[in-house]
Amino acid sequence: MRTLTLKLALFAAAVVVVALLPKLFLADFQAGDRFGKIGAYFIAIVGLNILVGFSGQISLAHGAFMAVGGYTTAILMADHGLRDVWTIPIAGLVAGIAGLALGLPALRLSGLYLAIATFGIAVSLPSILKKFDHLTGGSTGIQLFGSPQQTGHGTGVDILGHHLGPGDWNYYLTWTCGLLLFAAGWALMSGRVGRSLLAIRDSEVAAASAGVHPAFYKVLAFGVSAAFAGVAGSLFAINVAYVNPDTFPIPLSLYLLVGLVVGGLGSLWAAAAGAAFIVYLPIWVQHVSQQAPQVVYGAAIVLFMLLLPTGAAGLLTILRRVSSKEVL
Amino acid sequence: MSQFLQQVVSGLASGGIYGSLALALVLIYRSTGVVNFAQGEMATFSTYVAWTLMDHGLGFWPAFVATLAIAFAGGVAIERTIIRPVENAPVLVVVILTIGLLILINGATTWIWGGAAKQFHGPFSTRPISIGGVAFSIQDFGVIGVSVVAVALLALFFRFTKVGLALRAAALNPGSSRLVGIRVGWMLALGWGLAAVLGAIAGTMAAPSLFLDPNMMQTVLLYAFAAAVLGGLESPIGAVVAGLALGVMLNLLGTYWDFVGGQLRLPAALAVLLGVLLLRPQGLFGRMTVRRV
Repeated sequence: MRTLTLKLALFAAAVVVVALLPKLFLADFQAGDRFGKIGAYFIAIVGLNILVGFSGQISLAHGAFMAVGGYTTAILMADHGLRDVWTIPIAGLVAGIAGLALGLPALRLSGLYLAIATFGIAVSLPSILKKFDHLTGGSTGIQLFGSPQQTGHGTGVDILGHHLGPGDWNYYLTWTCGLLLFAAGWALMSGRVGRSLLAIRDSEVAAASAGVHPAFYKVLAFGVSAAFAGVAGSLFAINVAYVNPDTFPIPLSLYLLVGLVVGGLGSLWAAAAGAAFIVYLPIWVQHVSQQAPQVVYGAAIVLFMLLLPTGAAGLLTILRRVSSKEVL
Repeated sequence: MSQFLQQVVSGLASGGIYGSLALALVLIYRSTGVVNFAQGEMATFSTYVAWTLMDHGLGFWPAFVATLAIAFAGGVAIERTIIRPVENAPVLVVVILTIGLLILINGATTWIWGGAAKQFHGPFSTRPISIGGVAFSIQDFGVIGVSVVAVALLALFFRFTKVGLALRAAALNPGSSRLVGIRVGWMLALGWGLAAVLGAIAGTMAAPSLFLDPNMMQTVLLYAFAAAVLGGLESPIGAVVAGLALGVMLNLLGTYWDFVGGQLRLPAALAVLLGVLLLRPQGLFGRMTVRRV
């Protein structure tokens, strides 16, 4: 009971931080934009964590699920006249169904076989998007900025007498969804579903003999996880106001997994750290070395994994142990 | 008919390249239990080394041999410094490490040699020869030949040398191997070195037809992934056979099925991969693992 109270208090603190953050960076439009993107990645990584951290299935297709969500939003806005915010749940639903569909064949694959098969999907998606250009706009993509379906038409939104600039509006929209989904994911993972998934991850046979249906829960995890990614992609598309195959590049799937592991497997809040890592690392490396930013980027990931294989969440565990003198 | 034969031969040539790289992946998977995402970038880097040596006046074959030696040393060094510390870490950590390596090596290649594509002169003439009235490219035959020789030499090495035997033992059962005096750690490093050599062969064979640029091997790596998984990640023969089959099949699909064309080759490879995995999750040549409770 005490931990529940603590967790609710932490969640309330997170809400306050999210609400106040733009006030701290009010003048810095770029920072606002980045925090919006971090929010989208946050959602995707929380979803990926449900799949990888809890059910133990590795997916390198989550960039593709983000693309499914983003394109659903764009197509609904451009071709069917739906307002952007209403497309978000639909995008989640479409990506979720795609996830369930992929979850079924994934049942037969394990470990790295699954990783490579899903990576194949991530890699194939851009050429498929280009092939079916009557729907997706091909390499040009779909432009959403200033469209009548865009809330505020790119000029910002008035809520309760306050005017929010477009950056702030995107930020609040993304993080409201982010916190809601985080809470939903947390509730799901601390209940029956989460326990079943952990049991399956640790031993499928033992879980099955305890009455847990491994196939059902594994496919469910794929669906839920993909739905999160779909919402993330939808918010990302709303954020940048256009989609094309490069909006969701192939390495995105790799970066999401990097973010997940850097944050820490099995710990949902750590997704925020992972999301910030994948947004800020490319910016930071430009400052460190303009000649070879990519070398620094790769080296940072390698070093991080060598020094902290359990991620940011693991660091916290170590610190907690040190402070309670367990290791001394 | 003549078009068909041409496509089969050029498919075998690209298949040989996919197969070599797939074999490199399998070698590492068998010794360290991970899939090396940086395999393609290591190959590209080695190919640039070969280009530099040739640029300094070396002929192709001396440069080729020197490159293989350098690649071997590089592979061993990577295993010793980066992979060894995480030997007992979860697979995912090692996968992320190799993704970091991919980005690092790609960045280093771009930094050292620049992003522009370079012309890479292979050892084989690009002149066509006519066999039975059908025009083939000499280069295709050369590439097939080199791949076949490399794979055969490797097979002989594993089958008939003491080090090869030790390598197989270390991959199969590290604990017992240690007990009979095999230095398992060094065997793993050796596996990485050999994989880097295979990658260097694939890179130098691919470069004359693909042009040398820092991202040259990325698509090839994807086909190699597909081939390795198709063959069953732990089967060396499977990787080579699947690589060749994939090369031929994609060439034929691209030529004779307009819908696939050049654009949908990658998704087509994926569809084949998924189809096979659904029927045989352990790949075509893989063994089914029996789980004990």
